[in-house]
Amino acid sequence: MRTLEQTTQEVLDLAAKHFQLPSGSLAPEDDFFKKLGIDSLQTLELLSRLENHFAIELPDYEVQGVSDFKTLAERIQSRL
Amino acid sequence: MLDLSQYQSVGEALREALERFSTEVCLIEADREREKDRLTFAEFKKRALLLAKALQEAGFSEGDRASIIMTNQSKWLISAYATFFCGGVLVPLDYKLTPEEQWQLLKHSGAKLLITEYPIWRQLSVSAGRNTATNVKTVLVTEAPATADLAGARHWEEFRGEGDPVFVPRKRSDTASIVYSSGTGGRPKGCIMTHENYLEQCVALTSIYPFWPGVRYLSILPTNHAIDFMVGFFGPFTCGAAVVHLRTLRPEYVREAFPKYKITYVSLVPLVLKNLQKGLQARFDALPPGKRKVFNALVAINKALTKSRPRLGLSRLLLKQVHEAFGGELLAIIVGGAFTEPQTLQFFYDLGIPVANGYGLTEAGTAITVNDLRPFRADTVGKPLPGMEVRILNPAPDGVGEVAVRSKTVMSGYLNDPELTAETIVDGWLMTGDLGKVDETGHLQLSGRKKNMIVTEEGKNIYPEDIERVFESLPVKEFCVFAANYIWPKRSMTGEQLVLVLHLDQGQKYNEQLLRDVTARNQRLLNYKRVHGVVLLDEDFPRTASLKIKRNELAARLAKLDSAAAIRPL
Repeated sequence: MRTLEQTTQEVLDLAAKHFQLPSGSLAPEDDFFKKLGIDSLQTLELLSRLENHFAIELPDYEVQGVSDFKTLAERIQSRL
Repeated sequence: MLDLSQYQSVGEALREALERFSTEVCLIEADREREKDRLTFAEFKKRALLLAKALQEAGFSEGDRASIIMTNQSKWLISAYATFFCGGVLVPLDYKLTPEEQWQLLKHSGAKLLITEYPIWRQLSVSAGRNTATNVKTVLVTEAPATADLAGARHWEEFRGEGDPVFVPRKRSDTASIVYSSGTGGRPKGCIMTHENYLEQCVALTSIYPFWPGVRYLSILPTNHAIDFMVGFFGPFTCGAAVVHLRTLRPEYVREAFPKYKITYVSLVPLVLKNLQKGLQARFDALPPGKRKVFNALVAINKALTKSRPRLGLSRLLLKQVHEAFGGELLAIIVGGAFTEPQTLQFFYDLGIPVANGYGLTEAGTAITVNDLRPFRADTVGKPLPGMEVRILNPAPDGVGEVAVRSKTVMSGYLNDPELTAETIVDGWLMTGDLGKVDETGHLQLSGRKKNMIVTEEGKNIYPEDIERVFESLPVKEFCVFAANYIWPKRSMTGEQLVLVLHLDQGQKYNEQLLRDVTARNQRLLNYKRVHGVVLLDEDFPRTASLKIKRNELAARLAKLDSAAAIRPL
């Protein structure tokens, strides 16, 4: 079982890769809308990637109102 | 379809539709690749009447208000019909609002009953706002685990009455629903919609974009939104057509739904339409040069042949693969909620996929104009719907003025706000606050806003007053939020942004610490509500005797600044 720290790191790495940013350029507290310059639809695309990576289903309502990587990782962790 | 002139209320028309089309499929609900539910009109009726009977047994009666806060799913529509059957008034709320905002509107609406989903209720039930909305007496929660502590709420699935409920008739002039067009922060704008508003709007819309048994409408826009309520519920149901709900709106599942369910119509906001355009363009760009050349030639032929009107059969033959990706039976993409860029509309039309753009306001009963595609005009928002009178007030030499509308579909007013109602509906004309002109062919062209608000590409109306609360107690002398285009008018309906105007204390600097504070507060807002920049003004804001900011006067002072230099991006 992954720890929350590991999950968070994997979320950051995957987001960086998906949006072609240098590894290590994202931090847990970053607001992904602002940092990645993405809209709500692109966020849904990222969620699909994360679901595949962690082999979970993350319903849309679970990420409603979430805008930072840390909270996103917590929501994922609760479903692992 | 039903002859809606024969009916007095939304409930009465739906009741007849459930009888008339009883064997037709009315609802399909899918969750990712799984189909969760498929109901005929008869099955829909059976489920709804069980709920209606229980509601009546619980004392829910004529004129009582029932709020629904749910994602798009079958229980939304079943609950709405049960409410209308009992003579109730529907209060559809946006499930994307924060729990505090939802409680605020629940209180304002006077809702007695709340129907919601378990994940939403988990947040609502622990929100401090709950204590303020004491008018909400009964809460029904869908899809809750059997052992879940519902904090005083009841399981929707178990809320069933025995025997037949009694249909409660309503008059055309009675209130059917209270729809909030905005105003979560300060002044809630609850549009009072009558049964007549819906019946008339449905007749007008379906005269241009008809439904019939076998038609499948993909419901993506939230059903609380006036557009989806009409074209994703009332319209198709009164015509015997089916509605397809998706429990997740991930782009890949939305794409799959088109061919899987042979979708006929879908409504989208510009943001989603642009995303579809981007995806298609990337696929076209990836074609090998030879195929690309052939494809471009086919698009050119299609373009020439559909110049005066859409010719779907022909377009489907010419651009088979593109149309098959959309299921091969798509008649039109309805786009609304915000202004759509002409090049996006043209992109789809050139592929032979008609995009029915339009213009509307919740206050007007959804759509005011719709593009009838005869011929297609990407530069306009179409012509007024039948029964809709459009006037341009005080036009400038170029014909541009405020758009005013009069129709049987216009709301009767704002709930508990006669002052705002009087400002908005003048001599029977609804003042839209939008600027535009009607061209010689009768098409409406929008060119900006007169009112201090923005509409995002996701179709969200954002009023500056509603988000100011987050900046309260900011350590500055005074502040105010504006739509940038309100201060510096632009002939544009896209890329609208909000700005925060700060008047610093004497000697205070706009330093790193203040910037961090502003940024942190801004990030507490949902992403689409955030301000994009800060404007500094070194003078006292003009205020009324009761110390309210005179926004018009302040905007006039700010307008003297050069916007490019004045806005410090956040």
